[in-house]
Amino acid sequence: MVRNCRSVTETQEFAAELADSVPAGHVIALLGNLGSGKTTFAQGFASGLGIREHVGSPTFKLVSEYAGFPHNLHHVDCYRLQHADDFFNIGGERYLAPEHAVTLIEWADIISEVLPKETIIIKFRRSKAEPDTRTITVKGWYLDE
Amino acid sequence: MIILGIETSCDETAVSVCRNGEILSNTVSSQLIHNSYGGVVPEIASREHEKLLNIVVDKSLGEAGINLADVDAVAVTQGPGLAGTLLTGISFAKGLAMGLNIPLIPVNHLEAHIFANFLVDPTLEYPFVCLLVSGGHTQLWHIKNMDSYTLLGETRDDAAGEAFDKGARILGLGYPGGPAIETEAIGGNPDAVHFPRGLMGNDSLEFSYSGLKTSLLYFMDDFKENVSISKNDVAASYQQAIVDSLVEKMNRAVYQTKSKTCVIAGGVAANKTLRICSREKLANIRILFPDLSFCTDNGAMVSFLGEVKLNAGYTTNIEFGAQPNLKMATS
Repeated sequence: MVRNCRSVTETQEFAAELADSVPAGHVIALLGNLGSGKTTFAQGFASGLGIREHVGSPTFKLVSEYAGFPHNLHHVDCYRLQHADDFFNIGGERYLAPEHAVTLIEWADIISEVLPKETIIIKFRRSKAEPDTRTITVKGWYLDE
Repeated sequence: MIILGIETSCDETAVSVCRNGEILSNTVSSQLIHNSYGGVVPEIASREHEKLLNIVVDKSLGEAGINLADVDAVAVTQGPGLAGTLLTGISFAKGLAMGLNIPLIPVNHLEAHIFANFLVDPTLEYPFVCLLVSGGHTQLWHIKNMDSYTLLGETRDDAAGEAFDKGARILGLGYPGGPAIETEAIGGNPDAVHFPRGLMGNDSLEFSYSGLKTSLLYFMDDFKENVSISKNDVAASYQQAIVDSLVEKMNRAVYQTKSKTCVIAGGVAANKTLRICSREKLANIRILFPDLSFCTDNGAMVSFLGEVKLNAGYTTNIEFGAQPNLKMATS
């Protein structure tokens, strides 16, 4: 599934829609360069789970956990990590098999070899011609079929 | 009273010994701590809390010249932070407290950051405004008393330290990004490029840096150094945009709360432009900048707050667990 989102709001609305339909236990890998819309997507996803808190970038905290409904959100960021080992050193197992939660992982390519094979992959691309538009590609899930 | 403080909320293993309000040792597992904004060092694999805790505790007691048997209480970070690393620190602290049959005090990481200000300046008095600004946080607090804190505003997206770090990457500068941009900005014209200042409207005390990062990205798409704009100018302009919004919101917070003192804590507090601009803008306000070793994630703030809590009569059952999204007692 490919979606062109023409603003921050459109990206967030799309993310909130997905949050409605992805069941607990899933891991979602968010791939894309700086400024391509990963954190914006996470913010929309969180609002889809009824989370009212500010969802900031977890780059330095590595993980932010939020209580939501019908399930919780683990927001992980691998930007500062170098290997999958680093991920397990901070207790990464918890986020790869989320209980009563969905895990979003920014910069998940850094730990690609340890991601579960059912991981939903979402790629973000920014176009120079249309600075506010983000092309978002979702793979590895029934929506794709 | 001798308190051993343990902090493992993120990627730093930190331990400290505090005796009657005085820090006898403040030991962190990474060597690079003084050089980095926000206490962040890239090689996380080298710092595994479980393996490091024994070593760091041992080193901290040694530096303090204290025997384990003389410790009166253990303080440990309960949250917020990473579930796994918090649990490692808490389990270790519980084992220690039970083995020594001494009290164990759970400490809130953010509250410890705020209390570190009393370590730096014992004459600090309530109430005051605290700008906590690092890689992970950009928050404005009104500290009225112990257990009486109001979050006045925080970032809606990226933290200021993160804006420095990611800006440095976009500009092709080194790591850590804060000092890299600061160095690159020397001699640059801060007015050369107008980058957006987030959420400046009305009386907002919130911050936003993701728009700034994106606008730097767009700018660099087409940028080539030329006679009128150099990379130094871009770095200086970017830095100025971050600093301006920090100083403006801090000024509003001080004004709105009618405070006379403001503390700027966190790794970004090391930025000289921030120091100069805040002193200019808040000319009649007392501004404190805690030493960096107390600003980054550290054990001293935990042992210190542990002692404050113990003296204030806080007691706890040992049954507590890690709380990754622990909130502050606000009112």
